[in-house]
Parts: sequence; C-alpha cells; structure tokens
Amino acid sequence: MSFLIDLLASLPFEWARYGFMRNALVAVALVSPLFGVMGTLVVNNRMAFFSDAIGHASLTGLGLGILLGLADPLLALVAFAMLLGIGILALHRFTRSAMDTIISLCMSFSVALGVVLLSRGGNFNRYSHYLIGDLLSITPREIGWLCLTAFLVGGGLLLCYNRILLVGLNESLARSRGVNTWWTQMFFVSSIVMVVTMNLSWVGLLIINSLLILPAAAARNIAGNTRQYVLFAMTTALASGICGLLISYYADTASGATIVLVAMGFYFLTLAAKALRQ
Amino acid sequence: MQTSSDHHTGIAPHQCGRCCTNIDKISVTLDRHPVIEDISLHLHCGELTTVVGPNGAGKSTLLRALLGEVPHTGSIHFLPVFGPGREDAPSIGYVPQSLDFDRFSPCSVCDLFAASASRFPVPLGCRGGVRQTALSALEAVEAGGLLDRKLGKLSGGELQRVLLALSLTPVPNLLLLDEPVSGIDLPGRELFYRTVSGLRRRFDLSILMVSHDLAGIASVSDRIVFLDRRVVCVGSPGEVLANRDFRHAFGLDLEDLS
Repeated sequence: MSFLIDLLASLPFEWARYGFMRNALVAVALVSPLFGVMGTLVVNNRMAFFSDAIGHASLTGLGLGILLGLADPLLALVAFAMLLGIGILALHRFTRSAMDTIISLCMSFSVALGVVLLSRGGNFNRYSHYLIGDLLSITPREIGWLCLTAFLVGGGLLLCYNRILLVGLNESLARSRGVNTWWTQMFFVSSIVMVVTMNLSWVGLLIINSLLILPAAAARNIAGNTRQYVLFAMTTALASGICGLLISYYADTASGATIVLVAMGFYFLTLAAKALRQ
Repeated sequence: MQTSSDHHTGIAPHQCGRCCTNIDKISVTLDRHPVIEDISLHLHCGELTTVVGPNGAGKSTLLRALLGEVPHTGSIHFLPVFGPGREDAPSIGYVPQSLDFDRFSPCSVCDLFAASASRFPVPLGCRGGVRQTALSALEAVEAGGLLDRKLGKLSGGELQRVLLALSLTPVPNLLLLDEPVSGIDLPGRELFYRTVSGLRRRFDLSILMVSHDLAGIASVSDRIVFLDRRVVCVGSPGEVLANRDFRHAFGLDLEDLS
C-alpha cells in the first residue's frame, strides 16, 4: 500500500507532492469500485432508502460512542448501525408492515437520538465533519482498514451475488430455487452497514448514499445485462471518485460532495445516451 | 432438454402414471383464522390439476404451504418410481403469479438462469454450459429467442414462458403455477396452455395450477379442484363444471336461467 502511495509521489502534478492527496487518491481508487458493485445490488433490491437510513443512523452510533467515552467511536458506530439494520429487517419480517414505513420510523428515531446525544452541552459543531466528510485527513492506517473491508465485503458480495439478485427479483422464486432468503438478506444488510459506516468519515453522511446509488443508476441507463451493469457501475464510480477528488483539489471544495456531483454528471450523460439510442 | 431422460430412465413418457405426489391433510391457520383446512390431494405424473375457487378461498395459500413458505400442519410426500426426489421432499418448480420486480433492472434472461443454476457470479459473465442449458430450456417453451433480452423488456406472456422454462431447469417432481395467465392477452394464454399441456406429457410432470380463467382451464386440465377453504369437489372438468356449488360460486347458475 505504501509503495503505491510513494509511486504516486513521482507523478509530475502539483497535487502529487502532497501526502494527503496521495492517500486520498489511493483510498478513493480502492473503495469506489466496491461502491459501484454494491450499488448495483442496492438499486436492484430497492434498498436505496435502507442504505440512506443506515448512513443517518450513524449519528446515533457516534453519539453513543462518545457518551461511552470510546477513543475511536467507529466501533460504536458500526455496532449501532448493524443493530438498526438487522432490527429493520426483523421488524419488516415479523410485523409485515411496509418496508419504507419501518425504515422511516427507525431513521427518524436514530437521527433524533443522535442529534440529542451529540448536541448535549451545545457542541454539535465539533462533529459537523461527519456530515460533510473529510477525505483529505485519511491516514495510511485507515486505508489499510478500508482495504481489508473492501476485500472481505467485495469478495463476499461476489460469492453471494447470484443469491442476492434472485432475492431482489422475487423472494418466493428465490426460495423455490433453494435460496435461504433470510440469511441472504442478513448478509446483504451487514455488507451495506459495513461499507456505509467504514466510509462515513471521509464521504460524509449527507451524501454517502448518493455515492452508492448514482453509479448504479447511471450504469442502468446503458447496460444490457448484469455483467455490463456491474462493469459500468464500477467504472463510473472509479472515474467519478478520481475526477471528483482532483477537481476538488483545484477548486478547493469538499471532495466527497464534488465526487457526487461528478457522478451526477455521469448519470445525465448516460441518460442522454439512452435517449439518443431510442 | 437433457434432464428429461434422467427423470424417468427407460420409461417412455406417458407410461409412468404411477408416481404420485400425496398432499395429506394440509391446514393453514393465520392469525388464528383457518385459511385452508384438511386439504388432501393426490397428484399423478403427467396430470394437470387446476385449483379454482373464489377470492380468499386459500388457493395461493395452498401453494405457499406446499412451497414451505407458511407454517402448516399435514404433510406432502412424493412417491417416486424413479427419479431424484426424496420421499419427504419432492423437488418443486414454481412459477409466481406475477414477478413483482423492477422493470428497469438490466438483468437479462440468461442472467436469471445463471443466477438460479450456478454459484458462479453473474457479473463475471454467463458461462457456456449455463447458456446452453438455458437456451434448450427456453426452446422447450418456444422462447429460444429471448435468451439475451432484458427481463424488464419482456411482455407478460414472454415473461411467464421464461419463468416456466426456469422452473423446468432441472425438471422438478411437481410444478406449481400460480395464476400463470392473469395479465396475459388471449393469444398469449393459448400459447401458454398449449406449452404447459405439451410439457406435462413430455416430462411426465405433476402440475398444480391455480387459475381464474374458467374458459381456458376446462380444455387443458385433467382434473379440477374446487376449493373454498376446503376441497368442495374434485373431478374431471366436465364433472366440476356441472357441480351446483361450483356453478353457484362463479355465477354460472344465473346464466342458465336467462
């Protein structure tokens, strides 16, 4: 990993002289393809609102982590988001209420609780970087962690891709093909939670969901089968990540949000391509 | 399809007729209300049994109980003469009523087959063997040309035939069809019935179909079960269509008067 970062230093660009930019670039190149693959499944299985809720729920996890006096609130963040994710799934299954109602309920609850916890003593501003994200402060050690989660979650997703795809199409059909829908959904929900929470601090919770959804939405416009869908989504995510980061450097803007805007640009491009073809 | 021969080795289709799926006293209770009670049916190979009944009669619940999706009492046994099915658990193929899915999904027909048939991740591509199996399954239902089409671009009838082909890969002991022709135009219905009718002979399948389409089922079914929470009457299409309760439930007795 450090070899890669050092290699970037030899590039003849102004930004390549800064360690923080090299770290950020490696992190983006590592994680954005994973966002692309995961996004294809999130969009297929209509879980976009779910992943959004997980991002927002992290506020409570953060609050709890600070309340418990943890040195790194990330642990509390992951734990709470996981609990909420599984909770939403279980509530949906056992009360047979509509998924969006349950998600909305859980999201309002956790956002309110999070704001209450974090605003105690009037210090909410201290945590505002979680809302916007700070890609440039990422350290090589954090990149190591990202690398590990990307590898585990990415590998797991690929292994379970077929089953998640079937469950998203129709649960009864999936079950008749011998798929254990409960465990498949549990695995999928846990992967979403891992990807969202691990990347929250650099993307920011306000826009992390866009980064998940936009590349897949763009890929959908032009893909003719699942293989192209995943390939286009990964490419779009990677291209938006790298372009967005570099633009944010020259324009001096928040990198997470810039990346999302570039991804949005790609979405409109593919939309135009689709319209032209018809 | 290559699986047709290993289902009943050495026996020409149409001669088996012996193996049987035994549905024994199946009851389902949801929220303390009985939905279906004491349903017992014998389904023979090569026979198409159609379940009819008013709305809320428990037709779909019966299928879901057979699929193991709702808790139920009673049992389902498969008595094989030959074939891969275990006695306690027949292999079941299922065609859902309407595939409630995202019409804009780029999932192709081949992807659907690959995702169902193998664990090799679909994003890495459809492998040759899977493609060939899918193609021959589709050709068996006159849908060979649909292999590379997107699921969302198929018409209702095309989608139903694709799902039918999928449920036959591999050939199951028992095939469940849940209102397969609702939402399909008349020519599509005829094609679907003709295909199903051919399949039952070709693969010597037990087929259980739920349907509202009274006009279509009479000619295609071997037996009709009139269900209204319990089995009201069972028999050949002629017998059931003449049954007084049946005619009353579907408003056919009024037609006689006029």
